[in-house]
Amino acid sequence: MLRKIFTCLCLIIAFLLQVTLFHGLSLASTKPNLILIPVFTFGFMRGKKAGIWTGFFGGLLLDIYYGDSIGFYAMLYMYLGYFNGIFYTLFYDEDITLPLFLNFASNLLYGISVYVIRFLLRGRLDFGYYFQHVIIAETIYTMIISILVYRPILKINRLLENIEKRSASKFG
Amino acid sequence: MNRNNKFSMPVKYLLLILSSICILLCILSFTDISAAPYLKDITGYILIPSQQGLNRIGEWFSDKADNLEKLKEVMAENELLREQNSALMEENSRIALERTELEQLRQLYKLDETYDYPKIMAKVIGKDPGNWFQIFQIDKGSADGITVDMNVLSGTGLVGIVTSVSEHSAIVRSIIDDSSNVSAEFSITSDICNVKGDLSLINEGKIHVEDILKDAKVDNGYTLVTSHISTKYLPGILIGYVSDITIDANNLTKSGYVTPVVDFEHLTYVLVITELKQH
Repeated sequence: MLRKIFTCLCLIIAFLLQVTLFHGLSLASTKPNLILIPVFTFGFMRGKKAGIWTGFFGGLLLDIYYGDSIGFYAMLYMYLGYFNGIFYTLFYDEDITLPLFLNFASNLLYGISVYVIRFLLRGRLDFGYYFQHVIIAETIYTMIISILVYRPILKINRLLENIEKRSASKFG
Repeated sequence: MNRNNKFSMPVKYLLLILSSICILLCILSFTDISAAPYLKDITGYILIPSQQGLNRIGEWFSDKADNLEKLKEVMAENELLREQNSALMEENSRIALERTELEQLRQLYKLDETYDYPKIMAKVIGKDPGNWFQIFQIDKGSADGITVDMNVLSGTGLVGIVTSVSEHSAIVRSIIDDSSNVSAEFSITSDICNVKGDLSLINEGKIHVEDILKDAKVDNGYTLVTSHISTKYLPGILIGYVSDITIDANNLTKSGYVTPVVDFEHLTYVLVITELKQH
């Protein structure tokens, strides 16, 4: 329960920061994809199911406010959460290279999917430009932010796990 | 885990069920019974006030950054000024100041004459979370009389159009958005053309203008305003200035670029025209 509340809180904070504060902090008119950070971390740390739910609600939040049609971002982020959940078995606390690689891959997948569905289908064919100026720029910025926040999230997650285990052993 | 006593659904089914919910919602949002307005109203009670608060923090940050930049500029300028004759400079600047003020006042007077529509002011409280689209959220909604398709201006010209409305907020798509199309005309010759946003031109601060007839007597630097044949945009709103007009490969039409008069990077307040185009 505690972890669910924490996940919700992370998503809401990420969404709020992204639509407000990070517009002022954009580098070369690129913003990081903050919503992706909780989706990939929780998918990776807690497994497929957690990834699916985090992605679904995170995407839904974006859809409600900034989407053309409700369900598009929800589905996209949900699959990204699932994709990261596959690597749950490889999850190892101290290692940061695999999460970084996963973050990179998820962001790339996200960018390419948005390009194909929302741009390519409208006849915008210059993939090279979009890849270089939007997808790669966003991916790098998101990676920098996730290096900063990954360890705090990991620590809080471990703390909450311990609390839940303790209360479970009391009742069980 | 202590899940043994609970029913646990296999991941595959969960994925399948949620995917179909997403697709269903997607299809529904293209019909009249979209769930979007209700969801917006519910979540808006929590999110909009916090967005407004966070915006103030963001403004504080950008103010500080601006101040630092200004400090550097002022110091460089100061040295230059010392070298020059101070008395002459003073007189010069006074005259220049008066002249720009006069020009601004003249412009304002003209603007007021051209846009004689009822307007309300709104604050920009959120911008598109991704890097793909140029849409933003304002703090006025259906409770303030805003409906879909109302035109949005800033002090100098056309900003965009309202695309969705909830009780206390609305989403505006700006004219530089990749999916935006505005029917425009040259204010001098009344030649009709089409202004089309393009993501790859955003960093240059330009948008496309297309479908100008080959015979149209138009030149670089002409002003573009919204056209009288547009179905959604009210006529006569300034869009920007045309440049680089070339004849297309089809030898029938011309196309070029428009530099919008609005500074889209620093939008904080906008004006919404509370009048829809009549058909």
